[in-house]
Amino acid sequence: MSKQRKAVALISGGLDSLLAAKVMLEQGIHVEGINFYTGFCVEGHTHAIRKKDKAKPKRNNALWSAEQLGIKLHIVDVIEEYKDVLLNPKHGYGQNMNPCLDCKGFMVKKAVEWIKENDFDFIITGEVIGQRPMSQRRDTMPVIQKESGAGDLLLRPLCAKNLPETIPEIEGWVDREKLYDFSGRTRKPQMALAKEFGFVDYASPAGGCCFLTDKNYSDKLVDMWQHRSSRDYELDDIMMLKVGRHIRPNENFKMIVGREQGENKFMEGYKKIYPYIHCTSHNGPLTLLDGNITADDAELAARIAARYGQGRDADEVEMSVNYPDGKNTILKVKPMLADEIPEVWYV
Amino acid sequence: MKHTLEAKRLLCPMPVIRTQDKIKTLAVGDVLEVICTDPGALNDVPAWCRINGHKVLETKTVDDEVIIIIEVVDNENRDAGDKEQ
Repeated sequence: MSKQRKAVALISGGLDSLLAAKVMLEQGIHVEGINFYTGFCVEGHTHAIRKKDKAKPKRNNALWSAEQLGIKLHIVDVIEEYKDVLLNPKHGYGQNMNPCLDCKGFMVKKAVEWIKENDFDFIITGEVIGQRPMSQRRDTMPVIQKESGAGDLLLRPLCAKNLPETIPEIEGWVDREKLYDFSGRTRKPQMALAKEFGFVDYASPAGGCCFLTDKNYSDKLVDMWQHRSSRDYELDDIMMLKVGRHIRPNENFKMIVGREQGENKFMEGYKKIYPYIHCTSHNGPLTLLDGNITADDAELAARIAARYGQGRDADEVEMSVNYPDGKNTILKVKPMLADEIPEVWYV
Repeated sequence: MKHTLEAKRLLCPMPVIRTQDKIKTLAVGDVLEVICTDPGALNDVPAWCRINGHKVLETKTVDDEVIIIIEVVDNENRDAGDKEQ
């Protein structure tokens, strides 16, 4: 009796990784999923923070994919290790701050470590030649194999027929004839295969799964780095870039103004870390202040913050400025008018 | 044995990761109470339990906290020699 071969599948929560894992299951391979959490993953966060999204199902698509497939999923926290990938990408960034090629190489490298530790035989991904402009090209896919150390233990079931044979194929663990030859940016073959497998409710195809591919997010990240002495970051830093309206009225501080109730509630958890402002005479958002602020800065910030509350048209509102050390100042200010806030202040 | 995991102020998937890592240290039959503030955990933690073979005994929302009580069932991925005393 031949040995039951085991593969770990990189599961992002998108359609391609779902299909790649299913193709292997159909060939009798024991598959378990692995999902790497970098801190920049779109999954979960934005759904959780913003109240307006509450009507949407709050599901993690990687977990959902694993459940559809009937496989285990191992979610691995790589936040710390990922910093080096983001800060020093050997292959540079994409259109925004997305180091896609280094990122994929890093994840496959982590999967190589995982299969060694867990006695698995090979790795599969949902990559398709030509699907993505940076990491999924004919010339970059071998780079991932080489730099991750996976070599021929990395099988891409959806486009394997367009690539040289890998060990699982050469050794007969999988039947190459039952693999696929997808290529290019079209999603039609994947959608047809999804239909064939009976998957109807999968995550939006080709959607960005990483905040680093988002221009607005990348701009905020760059702004944060430009105003700090180092590019190092903590999870809280990158979380805060996902919430609120970011306004930098001065080089030495930035305001984060909650845009709705869900964000205000989330930001409440940061009141012991950042100075914050709220309006005591009218309803209004919570505003966090990131940086070293002077008394003049606090007054300026209070006027701007007042602009986003219900007292925006009042002659004067009362704003409470609070500091992490427990100090508190009450300011009576005139809310700033919309046209008094220069566009360049918005990050 | 009953255990508690505080995962407040963490957004998914962090509560799931913390649950996963905690359960690796527990024995079959142990009960883990996970306390979160991200409402997404109400779906994600039970989903993780279902696919990894653990039993969700109860889920509830108390004020702004989401509480999930799990019985450790299948723990083949448990860390060797890492069981909590």
